[in-house]
Amino acid sequence: MIEVESVDVSLGDTEILRDVSLRVPAGEFVGLVGPNGAGKTTLLRTVNGAIDPDAGRVLVDGDRMSDLSSRAGSRRVATVPQDTGTRFAFSVEDVVAMGRTPHRSRFGSDDGGDAVERALERTSIASFRDRRISTLSGGERQRVFVARAIAQEAPALVLDEPTASLDVNHATRTLSLVCELVADDRAVLGAIHDLEAAARFCDRLVMLADGEVVASGAPADVLTADALATSFDMESVVTRNPVTGAPTVTPLSDTGDERRSVHVLGGGRVGAAVVARLHAAGFEVTAGPVPEGDELLGVSERLDVPTETVPPMSALDGSTLAATGERIDDADVTVLADLTLTPDGGLLDLAAEAGRTVVVEERPLDERDRAGTDQRRRYERLRERATTSGLDDVAATVRSVEADAGRRVSRREI
Amino acid sequence: MSSRHWLVFSLLSAILLATVLTSATIGPVSIDLPTVARAAANAVGVPVGLALESEHAGLFGVEFSLPVPSVEYRYPFAFDVPETSETIVRQIRLPRIVLGAVVGFALAAAGTVMQGFFRNPLADPSIIGVSSGAAVGAVAAIVFAVALPLPAMAFAGALLAAFGVYAIATQNGETPVATLLLAGVAVQTFLGAVISYMLVQSGESLREAIFWLMGHLHNSTWAEVEATLPVAVLAVGVLYAYAHDLNVLLMGEADAHALGIEVERTKRILLALASVVTAAAVAVTGVIGFVGLVVPHVMRLLVGPDHRILLPTSALAGASFLVAADTLARSGAAEVPVGIVTAAIGAPFFLYLLRRREVHTV
Repeated sequence: MIEVESVDVSLGDTEILRDVSLRVPAGEFVGLVGPNGAGKTTLLRTVNGAIDPDAGRVLVDGDRMSDLSSRAGSRRVATVPQDTGTRFAFSVEDVVAMGRTPHRSRFGSDDGGDAVERALERTSIASFRDRRISTLSGGERQRVFVARAIAQEAPALVLDEPTASLDVNHATRTLSLVCELVADDRAVLGAIHDLEAAARFCDRLVMLADGEVVASGAPADVLTADALATSFDMESVVTRNPVTGAPTVTPLSDTGDERRSVHVLGGGRVGAAVVARLHAAGFEVTAGPVPEGDELLGVSERLDVPTETVPPMSALDGSTLAATGERIDDADVTVLADLTLTPDGGLLDLAAEAGRTVVVEERPLDERDRAGTDQRRRYERLRERATTSGLDDVAATVRSVEADAGRRVSRREI
Repeated sequence: MSSRHWLVFSLLSAILLATVLTSATIGPVSIDLPTVARAAANAVGVPVGLALESEHAGLFGVEFSLPVPSVEYRYPFAFDVPETSETIVRQIRLPRIVLGAVVGFALAAAGTVMQGFFRNPLADPSIIGVSSGAAVGAVAAIVFAVALPLPAMAFAGALLAAFGVYAIATQNGETPVATLLLAGVAVQTFLGAVISYMLVQSGESLREAIFWLMGHLHNSTWAEVEATLPVAVLAVGVLYAYAHDLNVLLMGEADAHALGIEVERTKRILLALASVVTAAAVAVTGVIGFVGLVVPHVMRLLVGPDHRILLPTSALAGASFLVAADTLARSGAAEVPVGIVTAAIGAPFFLYLLRRREVHTV
């Protein structure tokens, strides 16, 4: 139905699409995914005929879109625009009736019969047909635009981020509706922001990055950690959603953003694991002080994690304490990794200075306690005001603690 | 049109008729309404034929004759009306009132189209320089005593300015609305400078030029009505056929294209027709402000944004408004240009609507 063949598009001097090819047969919902600026919207505008490609061609129903008049083109491809918060005072019914534009003659006659009525029913918006579109919520408004596209009675449908401004409930309703249209043998091509929704509702996905198709096929084949890493520049874990069975993408970090920093106090096997996990999750990690030869150093040297060291079996000296104190000050979160309590209490002094604190405990406290009751009480008080976490979910805990802190800060700033 | 729309439409037509007749009773000689109604009915002419007459004109000292179409009318009514009353109503008051109605009709219709076209509540009929162009043509005709008739100069100036703005704003066959708006503002400013310069140089004709610039319906003739009415009604009729396209354009150009509108072609047609309508109006009456800005806003509050009903009702309301305003303008001790009255009534009313948050968008 929709055939895009080796399409190049430049806008001004900028090349937006390069050698893009894809096919959407009737009865299939193909999702277009990719980072912002990948060229998704431009591709959709090329498919609906708003842009003529510089090279290659777009065929819909066998006809080349760039050869068709706007009217003929819009009888083949209907477009659901991105919700821009329309402020016009047109009624819902007026807007849906605009979908009949390519079918009506200049003097108002239209052979479509009750197409508007059917579209209103189908999207369950008939009950507020007389309301002004500007008074609707985002979800209702999006249904109105889907209804308008239905009234257009075109065999192909393109959607530009139809769920971008919707909550999860309305996004699901909108996409379910689109799937019903697909079941009517329409060919649907939609740019979809939400990868999980795209995987769940689309038959196939096409991933676009930098104006080129980098992957296409079944959602599970397209949404791989590798593909996401190259196109979105993002580390992620792809698992299977237990309810829908569709691939679920969990971003570990977006390297583009400002990185959050964590200082890890405590070493050994647990300290090493915490450092490795936080680093993999994209945090900027510092560690120490640990004795030379500690297990943690093996990890931190490999990952380039700055780590304070002290000679084995010696107490903490002033300069090490000061340097570590500075790192803790700079860090957004401090993690106490299975801390061993020593008689001098230096690490606890440092921990007491820390702001947001996460405590990871693997061994029971008795095994780690080489100090007296005083130190133990201090540690327990620290643990009380900190957030405790298992080793496996340390990254998630740190992120939530950090997000909390961020929220608190911004509230204070307001 | 829904039944409610028909009601509004009929009501506005009735109001227009009532305003026209009432206005014709007012003047130095008071004439009662039944007499006015009979005299007005006698003045109703049905065009039955077209003939070409040649008329002499002169340009740059060269005399030549132009074939001018002249319409033959048949007058179906012949009520008995005292002769003086008939002369006053038919020869003095009605031409002025009908011309006022036609101009109000044209300006309000053009204003409605421009506001929809530009998706901008500030748009008015002269937004792309039509009025400034007309003013340059008219002031030049007055100041330099050009042999061509003043309305022809004004009409030509108006269309030249509009076309100039359009040409400046068009690149690669596309005319972005924002560019058009800015080019319109710049050209208006430039033409304003030209007008000011001509006024400084005008000497004795200054008073006449100022009077024209203020907008007036003084000394209107049936010939002016005959020149303006067909252009205005025809062009507004064609605009009406594009009312649905204008609705779709209001959703944005990308959306309009996806719904099958040939965006650039439709914009060209709308712009050309609205400019011709405005030019036809300002060429005979000068710059009458605010009708084309306020009336569409008020009607949008009453009938909503659908141009299929908004355009005809705005046009009718504009006609009534200008007739009423001109009646005020000529019924005082000394006549004032009607442009002063429309602005003096229109602006405070518009501010009132703004304060009540009734008007905020198109």
